[in-house]
Amino acid sequence: MLEIRNLHATVDGNEILKGIDLTINKGEIHAIMGPNGSGKSTLAKVLAGHPQYEVTGGEVIYEGRNLLELSPDERAREGIFMAFQYPIEVPGVSNAQFLRLAYNEKRKHLGEEELDPLEFKDFLKERAKVVEMDASFMSRSVNEGFSGGEKKRNEILQMAVLEPKLAVLDETDSGLDIDALRVVAGGVNQLRTPENAIIVVTHYQRLLNYIVPDYVHVLAHGRIAREGGKELALELEEKGYDWIKTSAGQENGAVARN
Amino acid sequence: MPAKKMARWLVIKKMVSDLATPENNYQAAFRALQQTKPSAPWVELVRESAMDRFQSLGFPSVTNEEWKYTNLAPLAKDASFRPATEERLSAITKDAISSFVYPETGTSHLVLVNGFLSPELSTITGIEGAVALDLFAAVSDGKYGRLVREYLARNACYKNNGLRALNTALLQSGLFLLIPRNTNLQTPIQITYLSGSPDSTDASFPRVLVLAEENSSATIVESYVTIAGNRYFTDAVMELVLKEGARLKHYRVQRESSKAFHVASTSAELGRGSSYDATSINLGAFLARHDISVVMEDEGAECWVDGLYLVGADQHSDTHSVIDHKKPHCTSHQLYKGILDGNGRAVFNGKIFVREGAQKTDAMQTNKNLLLSSQARVDTKPQLEIFADDVKCAHGAAVGQIDEEELFYLQARGINPDLARNLLTYGFAEEVIGKITIDSIRSQLDATVLHQLHAQIEA
Repeated sequence: MLEIRNLHATVDGNEILKGIDLTINKGEIHAIMGPNGSGKSTLAKVLAGHPQYEVTGGEVIYEGRNLLELSPDERAREGIFMAFQYPIEVPGVSNAQFLRLAYNEKRKHLGEEELDPLEFKDFLKERAKVVEMDASFMSRSVNEGFSGGEKKRNEILQMAVLEPKLAVLDETDSGLDIDALRVVAGGVNQLRTPENAIIVVTHYQRLLNYIVPDYVHVLAHGRIAREGGKELALELEEKGYDWIKTSAGQENGAVARN
Repeated sequence: MPAKKMARWLVIKKMVSDLATPENNYQAAFRALQQTKPSAPWVELVRESAMDRFQSLGFPSVTNEEWKYTNLAPLAKDASFRPATEERLSAITKDAISSFVYPETGTSHLVLVNGFLSPELSTITGIEGAVALDLFAAVSDGKYGRLVREYLARNACYKNNGLRALNTALLQSGLFLLIPRNTNLQTPIQITYLSGSPDSTDASFPRVLVLAEENSSATIVESYVTIAGNRYFTDAVMELVLKEGARLKHYRVQRESSKAFHVASTSAELGRGSSYDATSINLGAFLARHDISVVMEDEGAECWVDGLYLVGADQHSDTHSVIDHKKPHCTSHQLYKGILDGNGRAVFNGKIFVREGAQKTDAMQTNKNLLLSSQARVDTKPQLEIFADDVKCAHGAAVGQIDEEELFYLQARGINPDLARNLLTYGFAEEVIGKITIDSIRSQLDATVLHQLHAQIEA
């Protein structure tokens, strides 16, 4: 489904990704872990097409196409979804309005008929159950005045509505208490199918107790420093990231800057 | 400069009061009025003194600090504008204006054509318990004449404003609206100002006096519209008096012709514990200027003075607002938002006064502007003048473009950039539009905003 080859990316002229290779097949869940500044959020944003991140080398093939040629909205309509670490507030636009617009844009793209507000309301009500979201959230402005947990739930609701082929969850666990974490993770698990794939970007192993990955990739200094199964996450939890940083530095022959 | 032009220049700039100058259409109209529509001595006196003020003040010029960014010279110099007469009333049918009626107000609809109240076009079955009269006629009304005398030209002061002076000098119709004490009007009252005509460049001077007596409540919708869509000049004045405990909601929707000059004053006086909630939507006119002033005359009053201006190519929209906290324990809220496109220009000047002794004042003022084009320009000036020491006041202004992070967020959900920009702009306007409690006005404004944005994409 997704093939990342030797990906390099910069933000404001600083190179953050220094050669990432990653292959993701449908039905798989991949965890991207790593210390702060290792480049894991950058990878998520590059996949979503954030304009501040410039790809300076390598390629990303998504379903046989060059993903990097597509605008962020084209990527989304093609089935890529990024759950934001810090979801944006959109004052004056109701959640229902926003979701219907996004949903219909995708339907149009797929040559399907658009849903009118009433049809969509029923559909949305059904999808909202995935994240146990109250109907009152639908008439409120997108994310405005939402608590941290509500914002993250709203991200997963969007995922439930848009049914992406590839979902990238960027630190979806950050700022969540244990109950909210369970709801959010439960939602993601419900949305998992043999046909889609999920990339979970996280600093902590905690989320991976709920969303169990098939593969764990650990980033350090913009490169993948370690790869393994779900047990790698547990090992990290125990030993911390310093162990990876050091060994990554040695492996690559680089001098650790910090 | 040709002699004719020079003569007019002398009249206006040098304040020569030569009543015989044919150039001065306004003076001629005033003279005619004295002959054809004499009134009570006190009204004659007010009109004369107002005409005197207009003679000496003329139209405001950009050398006046309050008019620094809004140039009325093209209006002041133009001799083609002539005060409209009553004759045209008969030419308009109810059908022709039915599309201007908001369904929620259907049975409470007052129509002023070029400033003249038209009983034929108005529907007043919904105004049970309230009084709606021709303002000029109300002067000599045995029951209401004394109220008109007490409140007319009391809040919309014409001593230092040529435009208000001109409106006052040419008083000959208009509307007097009385909401008696303890009356709660359920049906919103709509006042439609119909201006313009296909074959002349009219100047009209609508004048409205609203008196909301003790513990009354009502909703008033003002709607400025045109059938003709031509070049004309509206100089409107509305005065509102809210007595103790009165509650008024006031929506003002300005959709004048895109070639029109629209200048207007709204002056409200708030009594003890009264509540005034104003929302002004400025969409139309080539040049629009709205002065809104709210004076809190007694304790415990509260007001909302909100607005939205949508300024497209070649449009100019100026709002000057004054909120005067004269007494303690009053609260004011102000949110004005502007969306500017093309080479549109806007001005927001908002003064808040907190007078000596007006302790426990709570005043909040915000002006936010969204620029959709690099040629658009806005001059914003929120001002606080505080002469009391135990108050809570805050103000702020912002001018910006579409937020890139918001745009990316919408794009990341599959919404194309043009649509995403429109949605964000719509959302920006919605903060003001959304507070309107009359559905048909809200949906009309939503449609207008979206239409305007759509046009922008195609352009």
